[in-house]
Amino acid sequence: MQIVVDLNRCQAYAQCVFMAPEVFELHGEETLMYLPAVPPEQQERVRRAVAACPVQAILPGELASADDR
Amino acid sequence: MTGEPRGGRIVVVGASLAGLRAAETLRAKGFAGELTIVGDEPRPPYDRPPLSKQVLLGRVRAQDVGLPRRRAVDARWRLGVSATGLDPSVKRVLLADGDRLRYDRLLIATGTRARPWPHPEQAALDGVLTLRTVDDAGRLADRLDAGPRRVLVIGAGFTGSEIASACRERGLEVTVVERGPAPLVGALGGRLGALAADAQRAHGVDLRCGVTVSELRGTDGRLTGAELSDGSRIDADVAVVALGAVRNTEWLTGSGLAAGPRGVACDAGCRAFDMYGIVTDDIFVAGDVARFPHPLFEYQMISLEHWGNAVAQAEVAAHNMVSAGPDRRPHLTVPAFWSSQFGLNIKSVGVPTFSDQVMIAQGSPQEGRLVAVYGYRGRVTAAVSVNRAKWLEHYRHLIESGAPFPPRPGAADGPPAPVPVPSDVPDPAALSHGPTVALTGHLPDLRLAVVHRGGPVDQHPHDQEHP
Repeated sequence: MQIVVDLNRCQAYAQCVFMAPEVFELHGEETLMYLPAVPPEQQERVRRAVAACPVQAILPGELASADDR
Repeated sequence: MTGEPRGGRIVVVGASLAGLRAAETLRAKGFAGELTIVGDEPRPPYDRPPLSKQVLLGRVRAQDVGLPRRRAVDARWRLGVSATGLDPSVKRVLLADGDRLRYDRLLIATGTRARPWPHPEQAALDGVLTLRTVDDAGRLADRLDAGPRRVLVIGAGFTGSEIASACRERGLEVTVVERGPAPLVGALGGRLGALAADAQRAHGVDLRCGVTVSELRGTDGRLTGAELSDGSRIDADVAVVALGAVRNTEWLTGSGLAAGPRGVACDAGCRAFDMYGIVTDDIFVAGDVARFPHPLFEYQMISLEHWGNAVAQAEVAAHNMVSAGPDRRPHLTVPAFWSSQFGLNIKSVGVPTFSDQVMIAQGSPQEGRLVAVYGYRGRVTAAVSVNRAKWLEHYRHLIESGAPFPPRPGAADGPPAPVPVPSDVPDPAALSHGPTVALTGHLPDLRLAVVHRGGPVDQHPHDQEHP
């Protein structure tokens, strides 16, 4: 699983940080940092974080690749 | 438009964020034809914002910043090969390996590249780097891991400032050299630039403004330092050239499109203009390389080096590529971007440099959190928040609705009597680097004369003569 967060949308509600603290982290007061490549054991937590984000800023998906046919 | 909008061949040149989102949208809108995506890097699309943040801090490996796809795009990927030419008269894209790709519709999403240090022999010194690609970020992160005695950052736009911030967070000594009066001036104007300068110095950056690097020096092929225009010298083992970006339009030379250093001009529907200002119907443009008119900014042609613009413009371009005329949509998104540095979350809506005045509407520099509102001739044109992101939606609405500037006081944390002051935006014609928005409307890139050789007018691009 790969994720990208639309940081224009992100308003630092930090729901993702509660749901998956190993993947999402607030850096300073309201800067979100995250791991784009989600480790397998974190995927369920990240799915919950995606659902919990009040502004739906987290986009999960398969890694875009050249063999996606 | 020729052929069936949802069939035929589409070629997307550019395999980054805009190219990927366009490809997904084409499929989502029912495009069932042959789709080819060309990219000059050997890897699939990836995300750039983490490169100057998480990657330099050592939290994320450079190669892990790939982008998720929203759906299968069922494309033929031509990666690791660049496009070298375009002939619209026969609808062919020429590739560096000699291949010619036929298209019915073409999307140009070739973006930008890092502006290189202008002296090649100095740029070749070991330790001189730029930051734009995954490979760049990996190299720079390795250098920072090795613990250089001092890092020299040339240019204090967003990229340069974020690099300096990462260095300081890692405890590295860093000198930033900026030709303008303050960091971020090209994007935010002088008033907020002064605040950025304070933040850098408070975090221990050796910030030198109003000077340039006149020479990078080395011994045995390795960087040892730099000489500045004020006569001073800096000892450094690493220098990062952060002098902004160059638009990747050279491959369109001779194509007859309105393409030049300021981007590829297009209409509000992302359709490229040819060099006579005539709109094409089968060539579209999106992302950093596009140059388009925006009604909120007096239809100035603007180019945006913004993540959100790449996504939104790609979606509009793709929609229009597979839609009949009356169903086409304009790209009218209010520009927005973010940056994080020195503990500050900086976010912007609108175009701060399209302004004559600015005022602090909420918070204050002393608190380390504020919203600055920008106006142009009595109308709100932008807002920038520092650690105050939740408010930007409100200001976006003011920008979209053409609200008067200065805006009415309303926020509880506003200063008692907000005072608009000049926004100190530098003349865009003089800007050398740093803008995330380039106002490009009134500066033609190319002048030419058309020579009709008698008989019926049947010009092809290669028949034109450039004086």
